Amino acid sequence: MRSVNPTDAPNRTGGLATLGRRLVVSEYFVILLAALLFVVLWPIVPRIASPQNLANLASNVWPLLAIAVGQTLVLIVAGIDLSQIAVVALTSVVGGAVMTQAANPVLFEQTPLWGVLLSEGGGILSGSPLAVPVALVVMLGVGALIGLFNGSLIAFARVPPFIMTLVSLSFFSSFAVFLTRAENISNLPSAFTVLGQGEILPFVSFAALVSLSLALSIGFLLSRTVFGRWVYAVGQNPRAATISGVPRARVVVAVYTLSALCATVGGVLYSARLGLGRPGFGQGFDLLLDVIGATVIGGTSLFGGQGKILWTVFGVILFVLLTNALNLLNLSYFTVNIVKGSFILAAALLDVARRRLLVTM
Amino acid sequence: MTASQIPLLEVEGLTKSFFGVRAVSEVGFGISAGRLLGVVGENGAGKSTLMNMLGGVVPPDAGTMVVSGRPYAPRRPKDAKEAGIAFIHQELNLFTNLSIAENLFIDAYPRLGGLPFIHRADLRRRAKRALGAIGLNVPVTTRVEALAPGERQLVEIAKAVNAEARLIIFDEPTTSLTHRETERLFTLLETLKGEGTAIIYISHILADVLRLADEVMVLRDGALVERGPRPTFDTRRLISLMVGRDLAQLYPPPAAPQDAAVEPVLETEGLTQPGTIQDISFRLHRGETLGVFGLMGSGRSELARILFGLDRYRTGRLTLRGQPVDHLTPQEAIARGVAFVTENRREEGLLMDASITENMSLVTLHEDARGSLGVIQQRDLEGRVACLGGELRLKAPDYAHPVRTLSGGNQQKVVLGKWLAAKPDVLIIDEPTRGIDVGAKYEVYNLVRELAARGTGVLFISSELEELIGMCDRLLVMQNGEIVGEFGSPFDREAILAAAFREAV
Repeated sequence: MRSVNPTDAPNRTGGLATLGRRLVVSEYFVILLAALLFVVLWPIVPRIASPQNLANLASNVWPLLAIAVGQTLVLIVAGIDLSQIAVVALTSVVGGAVMTQAANPVLFEQTPLWGVLLSEGGGILSGSPLAVPVALVVMLGVGALIGLFNGSLIAFARVPPFIMTLVSLSFFSSFAVFLTRAENISNLPSAFTVLGQGEILPFVSFAALVSLSLALSIGFLLSRTVFGRWVYAVGQNPRAATISGVPRARVVVAVYTLSALCATVGGVLYSARLGLGRPGFGQGFDLLLDVIGATVIGGTSLFGGQGKILWTVFGVILFVLLTNALNLLNLSYFTVNIVKGSFILAAALLDVARRRLLVTM
Repeated sequence: MTASQIPLLEVEGLTKSFFGVRAVSEVGFGISAGRLLGVVGENGAGKSTLMNMLGGVVPPDAGTMVVSGRPYAPRRPKDAKEAGIAFIHQELNLFTNLSIAENLFIDAYPRLGGLPFIHRADLRRRAKRALGAIGLNVPVTTRVEALAPGERQLVEIAKAVNAEARLIIFDEPTTSLTHRETERLFTLLETLKGEGTAIIYISHILADVLRLADEVMVLRDGALVERGPRPTFDTRRLISLMVGRDLAQLYPPPAAPQDAAVEPVLETEGLTQPGTIQDISFRLHRGETLGVFGLMGSGRSELARILFGLDRYRTGRLTLRGQPVDHLTPQEAIARGVAFVTENRREEGLLMDASITENMSLVTLHEDARGSLGVIQQRDLEGRVACLGGELRLKAPDYAHPVRTLSGGNQQKVVLGKWLAAKPDVLIIDEPTRGIDVGAKYEVYNLVRELAARGTGVLFISSELEELIGMCDRLLVMQNGEIVGEFGSPFDREAILAAAFREAV
């Protein structure tokens, strides 16, 4: 008798242990932890609850959430997408080049874009009322192509996701830098920057609206549609899923494409907030650490098959709050990253422990 | 057992509960040197728990064990080993990336003097001797991953013999063995007995138990229901003791005899994939149960995978429901009414961590979804699954529980259920009753009968000839990727076996 009826499991432990276990397995564990962190920090760093800081916290949540939603999908199919930050960088640069209203020849004359997309008068659609919508479409198109490229090679050529997206990260982030010779493209139209800076109501920004709608739609797709069930099935057992008629390859391609599209939305929000087409998004690992860290801290399993958009929302909130608190405590950049790294390790260990609990329960 | 013999192992009042449920309840028995004790019982009858207590894997709650007159209370597997008890598990515990020799001495490498260096020459010499003792003629430097399942098991036995085990426990040793390997194992068991080793043999294959055992012990619901010398048992009696009631028959009776003129639902002509299957031609009719018998490696499972579109074929023609197909994929096979229960339930049949509902609805998701987005109507879906579960007599407290928590028999019902939902015209089942207990087997047979009565053509692949004879209208025999014979009722066992073993032996 190896397996025992699961309903009997809680009886063996005392009340406190049961409560602890239930809390760890609960989906609200992460948001409770965030609330606890906030309450504990309030007396120590009162500034954390100031209106400016709260607004700052919120504006940091939205772009990260958009990207992390895409990462969640990929983790559920037991993959990983390291190339998301390269998508952010490349779409930021390409979008900027299309819609900028002026470019400094001293900075851009030597770039491959000069004379093709860019001139002294700005991008090719500089000043046109279509500049912003076209730029957005182009950005989404570039993002989708990168996602298709990743997804197809992973699904059909069976390249392991880690190496495929690592190569994409290297390739496309370098390409973004190459396009502008590492210069930021500025003078973006205000119709674009309002997306990252504007508010509809106090505390309800465009960014919040965009990011939350994205999270809601992907959440709906995952939990309520046939496609969503397929995503989980492929993540749990690709062989059994294939035999049950799930189009595994198509699901994988779709997931990586959606991941890149989510990264593009994040790229739009980041670029609009800074008012820059910035190739530097793909450099360094800060953003990548934030995306994967927030998703994993939310509870989406690194082993595939388990994860929810709601968890990622909680994970992003906790992670942004943590980063904010560490900055307010005046810790150095290095210390902040060491603490963040430790949190992610703790989350990964919890993931392993949770799996063991679920298996033995 | 003669009176003069001191029992090697004597057990009394052994009891173990998990979470308040009694898994083993006051079991007592004894075994002497050179005897073989067969242990049978349904899944969940307590066999594994009992053996785990003997092997020091779990401690008993109550009861005593005595080995050669001395009290024995193992707290870890190592204690069992020191007391001369070896446990050969269903899933073998070998390091596949290491050589046979290294596996044999993994916990006691011969050293060079007192130094921490391995004495390689001595290791090979001793390993060779150990393999010789059990008659395995393979170089000791072979990596275990290069061995067939039967050979791996022999390595495991060599390990036990080498550790001077006086009692060896076998848990379902023949599950992954070919017929020939099984015979070799049985010969070896006789040799071991002759050398004075006591053996506890656990198996679902009752014929094997009756053939090998000196004494048989039947467990049910954790308790010992009967124990006695082998001649007092036969298959029917064992089954009724195991399930606690009389099963009228091993196999449910077939529905009305089939009309020979009915249309074929699956037809192949000269289907060939070099190295796998060769020139396969047959017809499967509506409502017919067609058996495929063959040894492991005969191409029976490979054929099933090709018919379902999982693997390709080079030449030949495949017709489903009267329409020719090429470049079949699993999705297309399903769209054309084919269902496939694979031989690997855990690896290919189920999402082990997903719920019963999710598993049973996976194939037919679209039927409970609306709109171009495919929005799932959860209530419809759950209603349909509950309905199916009732039909299958699925025993589960809650359909939201992961299938991992179910017994093997109920897991198999979930696999069947997900295909039942698709109302298939062709059902391909590969070893559907492997590793499930007698009661669940009967229910699986019943479901096959029901489907056939509804007009499904069933391609029943199995390595158990008895089961095929009991269930099928016609039988194909495969060998080396080819169909070497076709048999109709009444079946001639000898002729079928002769066809399957021709050249192979």
